[in-house]
Amino acid sequence: MSELPEAKLPLVTPVRVICAVLLAAPFVALLWVGSYSTPTPAFVGIPFFYWYQLLWVVLSALMTGGAYVLFTREEKQRKALRVARGGDQA
Amino acid sequence: MKTDWTALSVFILFFLLVTVIGFVAARWRRPDNAEHLDEWGLGGRSFGTVISWFLLGGDLYTAYTFIAVPALIYGVGAQGFYAVPYTIIAWPLVFLFLPRLWSVARSKGYVTLADFARGRYGSKSVAVAVALTGILATMPYIALQLVGIQAVLDTLHVGGGSSFGKDLPLLIAFAVLAAYTYSSGLRAPALIAFVKDTLVYVVVLVAIIYIPIRLGGYGHIFHDAATAMARTNPATGKPRGSMIPGPQAQWSYATLALGSAMALFMYPHSATGVMAAKNRLTVRRNLAVMPAYSLMLGLLSLLGFMAISAGVGKGVKGYNSQLAIPQLFQQMFPSWFAGVAFAAIGIGALVPAAIMSIAAANLFTRNIYKDLLKPDATPAQETKVAKLVSLVVKLGALGFVLGIDKQFSINLQLLGGIWILQTFPAIVGGLFTRWFHRWALLAGWAAGMSYGTWKAYGVAAAGKPGSHFGGSAANIPVIGQIGYIGVTALALNLAVAVVLTLVLKAVKSPEGVDETVTADYTADVEDETPISGDPEHGPEVIAPVTT
Repeated sequence: MSELPEAKLPLVTPVRVICAVLLAAPFVALLWVGSYSTPTPAFVGIPFFYWYQLLWVVLSALMTGGAYVLFTREEKQRKALRVARGGDQA
Repeated sequence: MKTDWTALSVFILFFLLVTVIGFVAARWRRPDNAEHLDEWGLGGRSFGTVISWFLLGGDLYTAYTFIAVPALIYGVGAQGFYAVPYTIIAWPLVFLFLPRLWSVARSKGYVTLADFARGRYGSKSVAVAVALTGILATMPYIALQLVGIQAVLDTLHVGGGSSFGKDLPLLIAFAVLAAYTYSSGLRAPALIAFVKDTLVYVVVLVAIIYIPIRLGGYGHIFHDAATAMARTNPATGKPRGSMIPGPQAQWSYATLALGSAMALFMYPHSATGVMAAKNRLTVRRNLAVMPAYSLMLGLLSLLGFMAISAGVGKGVKGYNSQLAIPQLFQQMFPSWFAGVAFAAIGIGALVPAAIMSIAAANLFTRNIYKDLLKPDATPAQETKVAKLVSLVVKLGALGFVLGIDKQFSINLQLLGGIWILQTFPAIVGGLFTRWFHRWALLAGWAAGMSYGTWKAYGVAAAGKPGSHFGGSAANIPVIGQIGYIGVTALALNLAVAVVLTLVLKAVKSPEGVDETVTADYTADVEDETPISGDPEHGPEVIAPVTT
């Protein structure tokens, strides 16, 4: 058991910031309709408007999945740290 | 066009197969006490992983995917594609609040969102508001599924020209749905899902590969669609639609996507499925099936353009867009496979409709009947009430089908969304903060519900001035753009809740007792053994998510 005072773990960490950016990106990209409401450049005859959004299906899946992995990993570390500090569950 | 007997026979064959399965299911792994509500409503909570997966994957493909979204694209073009960003931004939202919801539900034994509202705010009135909204909003959603089945039966020429014959497909759809849910509960949908999912996956893959090839590729399809969209609609005197949302349409495109995504997990059927899950794996599962679904939804929605390219409904006055996809299938596929496709759409609408009506019935039984009306009800009485309410909910759905303009059936889902979104501040707000005052939330909810309903009532269907509930987008005050009414009403709801919370806190109005603590929101399975005597979180439970 550590002798450290029960200092709280920081609420904002680099990993959490990255997670927030990864999760926020699809919102910004897709809700900003003006950024992609154009027919060109077309891809195999599909206007930009349509294939760009379908592309975001893949991007968003990767981003959300990435955020999930990063976040879960950090949560495990934090939990281990809390236990090491003397079972402080706060 | 005369009746296609091959397609009709194949369709009936699959329906009979499903009917037999449905009634066998009622006897499958027969519970010790079938009168218990858990048995009827949650299948005794003993489904294995395989069955869970089938339900989870298959339920995503409903009449929304096959009929409503493609019909909107067929009718107006680009605007209907908002369903793709909707399902995309739904995942990060899921990521943000579902784990907290699951944790608190597990810690406190909640199985409905209304349970959570009551526990968090110590307020029965907030819980009842959440429950009633859930039941109301489920009705038009079920209505959309009924319209889907109706479209298939219409295409198969079931029913005739007489006024009774015209409504016959709808009445058949309703009767079949009622019979299934009433006799077998969730068990029927679970077993049917095996047949349904096989059909659905085969039809989806064939449709998105075979039809574009037959029509000469996407370049050709988009060219034909662009020509059709530019043509003037005689009913409105404006072009039929557009291939790219113009500057005036971008606000509604974005708000429709955002509002639909926020609404998704507020529905009783999806929320309960998630809350009752065994562990956080549910979230991972949802993440795993949803991207594939979004991609398929995007490609299936383009069937609307393919229907235009294939000349479906061309020159037919007052053409029902909901028929575009079934008729496209009829035109493109050999008769026997068209029958398979119709069976997939029909059964694919039936199963989620059953799940939705069961969830709404459970919500009523648990949070209104048992909490308010009859706290000492026996399990047999509860099951009886739940079965009765599930029938009432379906009758309500039938009312929505008959009473609301069917130009675009997607409006039914969007109307439900306007209502269910008004529970968002209490639920999602409550997951992160206890700042809101219970009465302020109630007032905000009332304001949002009234405004949303009033605005939706005032929207006339295109080319039908004076009609009501004809659309889900209206002018956003202050911003002065056209947007989804549900999001505007939610903004009003939040504003009222914030202002009143400040006022009520200033006058030191009594806050309800919060039975949850901070640790409840992050609890995981390995953290602790579940509270003893907590019957709600036993074995594996299906977590159906429908669109």
